[in-house]
This record gives sequence, C-alpha cells and structure tokens, in this order.
Amino acid sequence: MKRISTPVVIAGLAVALVLLAAASLMAGRVWVPLNAWTGADPRWVIILELRIPRTLLAIVVGAALGMSGAALQGYTRNPLADPGVLGVSSMAALGAVISLYFGFYAPVLGGAPWLMPLCAMAGALIGVLVLIGLTGQAPGTVTFVLAGVVLNIVAGAGVALALNLAPNPWAVNEIVNWLMGSLTDRSFADLQMSAPFVAAGLVLLLFTGRALDALTLGETGAQSLGISLSCTRLLLALGVGLAAGASVAVTGVIGFVGLVTPHLLRPFLGPRPAGLLLPSALGGAVIVLAGDILVRLIPSAAEVRLGVAMAALGGPFFLGLLLIQRRRLS
Amino acid sequence: MTVLEARGLHLLAGGHTVLSQVSARFEPGQVTAILGANGAGKSTLLAALAGLSRPVGGEVLLDEAPLLDLPPRRRARRLGFIPQIPEIAWGLEVRTVVGLGRLPWLGARGLSGEDEAAVDRALAAARVEDLAARDITTLSGGERARALIARALAGEPEWLLADEPYAGLDPRHALEAGDLFRRLAGEGAGVLLTLHDLTLAARLADRILVLGHGRVLADGPPAKAMTPEVLAAAYGIDARLRTTEQGLSVDILGRWS
Repeated sequence: MKRISTPVVIAGLAVALVLLAAASLMAGRVWVPLNAWTGADPRWVIILELRIPRTLLAIVVGAALGMSGAALQGYTRNPLADPGVLGVSSMAALGAVISLYFGFYAPVLGGAPWLMPLCAMAGALIGVLVLIGLTGQAPGTVTFVLAGVVLNIVAGAGVALALNLAPNPWAVNEIVNWLMGSLTDRSFADLQMSAPFVAAGLVLLLFTGRALDALTLGETGAQSLGISLSCTRLLLALGVGLAAGASVAVTGVIGFVGLVTPHLLRPFLGPRPAGLLLPSALGGAVIVLAGDILVRLIPSAAEVRLGVAMAALGGPFFLGLLLIQRRRLS
Repeated sequence: MTVLEARGLHLLAGGHTVLSQVSARFEPGQVTAILGANGAGKSTLLAALAGLSRPVGGEVLLDEAPLLDLPPRRRARRLGFIPQIPEIAWGLEVRTVVGLGRLPWLGARGLSGEDEAAVDRALAAARVEDLAARDITTLSGGERARALIARALAGEPEWLLADEPYAGLDPRHALEAGDLFRRLAGEGAGVLLTLHDLTLAARLADRILVLGHGRVLADGPPAKAMTPEVLAAAYGIDARLRTTEQGLSVDILGRWS
C-alpha cells in the first residue's frame, strides 16, 4: 500500500478523534443533539456528568493501550505483542482485584480511592519486569509469548482465587463486573486518578523511540549504536506500567486495542517502531472511542461491556494475523 | 590518530573461559584479520573490542582510556560494529536501515542534511544505491550483508569491526568488499575483521591475529603469522602459505588426525 506522510496520518486521526468525541457526547440511551448543548436544557447534565468524563476517559485509555502496544511490539520485535497478550493487563487486573478484595479503595474500610490505580500500576509494572526478566537471556518471539502465557495464567489464578475466597456475593459481583472492562458511569474522579499517570507513561514511552528503532537490528546491533539496553528496559517497564496499569485500574481489562492499532497503521506509515508510537496513541483513542459509541448503540437489555465487545472483535483479528504469519513462515 | 588496545583480556562465552591474557595493540590505517577455529573466541574478542561486553579480566583501551568509561553514544560514534548474524526485525527500507547508523549522531530533530549526505556516501561505498528503496527482508543474504556494511559506514566511525562480513557474498562482491575495507584503511580508519577464508585473509590483511587454545597463537604480517605450525595448532590442518602471481595463497593439504 502507498505510504502516507506521518503528519497527514496524525492530522487525519486527530480529525476523526474530534468528530467521534462530538458523536460520543450525543450518543447513548438518551440522544442529546447539538442544539441541546446548553445549560438551559436538562439533558446538559447527562453530558456534563456522564458523557464528558466517559469520552475523555475513552481517549486516555485508548491512547495508553495503543502506544503501549506499539512500544511492546517494537521492543519484542514481535507483531503479536500487546499488553493483553503479554499478560501485563492481567497483572494490572490482579493488582486491582486485590485492592477490591481487601476493600483498599473504600474510605469506610480505612482505604483510599487512589490505592486501586496504585495496585493496578504495581501489578502492571511487576508484569513488565517479569516479562523482561524471563526473556532477558534469550529474547525471541517464542520466549515472549510463553512468558506472556505464564503471566496470564498466574494472574488468572490470582483473580480466580480472589473470587473463590470472596467474603460475600457483592464482592464477587463487583470484581466480575469490573473485570469485564467498561467505560460506563465513569466520573471525573476516575479521570483524575488515571489521566496524569497515563500521560506520564506516554511521555516515558516516547523517549524509547530511537532505542526501539535501533532494536530492529537486534540487541547487539542496538548496543553497538550506543543504545543502553537497561535504560530502554526501565523506560519501557515504567511507561507501560504507568499507562496500561492506570487505564486498567479505572476501566478493567480492554484487550486487543494495543495489538490491533499498530497493525492498522503499519500499511500507511511503514514498520519503523518510533514512527508508530504517537500515531498508535491517537489510533488507539479513535478505536476505543468508536467501540464505546457502538456498545452504547447496541439495542440490548444490558449494555454490552466494551471489554467484551473488543474481545469479540479482536479474536478473529488475531486469528487472521496468525494465518498471515503462518503463510509467511512456511 | 586513534589506537585501540586490548590489555590482558580474559573473556568468557557461555560461562566458560574462551580467551585469557589477550594483549594486542591496533593502529589505524591497517586491516587486521582475526583467525581461529570455530569456538576459538573470534566473535567474543571482537565484541569486547567493540565495547559490547565487559571482560572478566583486563581491559580495552581507546586512546589509552578505558573504552567502557566512554558514554555509549560517544563510543558508538567512534566504533562501528557489524554483528555476525544479522538480525532484522521489520521490513524497513534499506535506506532507513542505513540511516539507523546515524543514531549516535542524531540531534533532537532527526536526520539532518548532513546525516542524509552521510547515508548517501555509505550507500555508494557499499554499492547498494540501487537497493535503497527495497524492503531489506526481501533481499538475498549477500545483498543484506552489503546493506549492513553500509549501515556501519553511515556512522563514519574511526574503527570498523566486522564479524564475518564475507558470509553470503559471491566472489565478485567479496572482492568489492575487500577493496572497500582496504580503501577505508587507506583513508585512515582501523579495520578489524574475523574471517574463515585463509587465502582471503592473507591477501587482504596487513596483520593477522590467530587465536587458538584460549590465547593468541600468532600476531603479525600474514607471511610471519600464517606458518604451517601456527595453522596446524589453530585448525589442526596441514597447510602451506605460498607466494603466487596474484599474491599470497594458502594451500590446504589435509588435516591432522
């Protein structure tokens, strides 16, 4: 496919994002057309209290997942990498579930709301560090995927244990609901808890760009170009830990965004990892926002959770990718 | 003038000692070939000389100062390295890959006009201009090897260290690569290569370093270093160095059991 210059792609994504954001403010159970966007209309409350935080959160989370996916794919040199596949999201979820289980987030129990994102980020950070540790001596597609499988199993077991031992059905309900991943009824408080950490994580990830480019030539090749591998790993672990951890903390696990976004952009921008970081953040925001508008419009009794919808769309995409890769390898 | 020096190096590979007490001083303007049997430690030595590994004993000095004390970026500007097994992850254009060689020089704004000019010179020197727009993963082994030589040249280093740069090159491109290495040395750069082809090494190099049994077996001009005794000790072969009209030639007569 013909390459398009990066500024054009970024501008296009930005325009799409603005249009989708406007649509996101309008769409839902209650349709709020443009002419009702004033303080005089009672529907303004819906926009102010529900739709604006939800829209902004979709953008923040999408950007975090998109750029994390692009950075992990660049670092692992593996187009199948993404925070979900590599178990980073599950580890973040385990951290969050632990805080839910012990009631860390509830002020009445002596906790604080910010403890949940903190636990999720700690989980994500541990996930990335284990990933890098397990694959340090023999980096390769297989080791990374296996390490991801290990993390997913461990995190899954931890979450299952929390559900198993949950003191009452409400706790189970809360954990299960949260695990499915959704942007429904999120408030400005959720935004405040996640956005600063996501922003910090994205800035750290942007600094890995040149190292990711150099890693195209392998670890020795990158080192010979003056890249410090330990420095790159630290930036990557902190960046993905903060960005993916803070988003999982407020929305639960929304998979496949990080996997799909860089793939959709590569045909236009080429495969250079640094060139994909910023566009993947915008692209991820576009995909999550579009997905969130769609789940609001599905006429079902209960709203389809965004995490569930993304998994339903992402599964076939992943399968297609595997088939293409297999054909290339054979 | 810069001098690269190994002083009492003790190197491990896979947890085992492969080389000990390696001392050698390399002057610029020369092509040095490092020879030795499989597993003799050629690649290990070259990586240490490039500052990519930390020796367990001894040190590598660049202009009398410890190489590993140099910040990685400054080191990368002065030493260009071509790994033995080229790993290329993404289907980048050859020109983009060669541009990666400018990374140690890049300012905040990416490739400058000066960087682009250096990339052009490197593409021309390695004769890969016509491949510049190709996807590097679609190239043949030899074409890829030449593109990676261009990648190392793009940084315009004072030292070029190449691990088996001839793997995959056809005879004509091997001759061209030899001319390129000689020209670089003529322009004042230092060139260090690991090689397997003995005749090629004898004709190309000003100096030969033969590794074997965990140490340096011989070090000197080809005619002095490549004696039948040294080649027997290094490779377990019966070989003779002979002067022909085309230069030196190594005849392999058989192997010692």
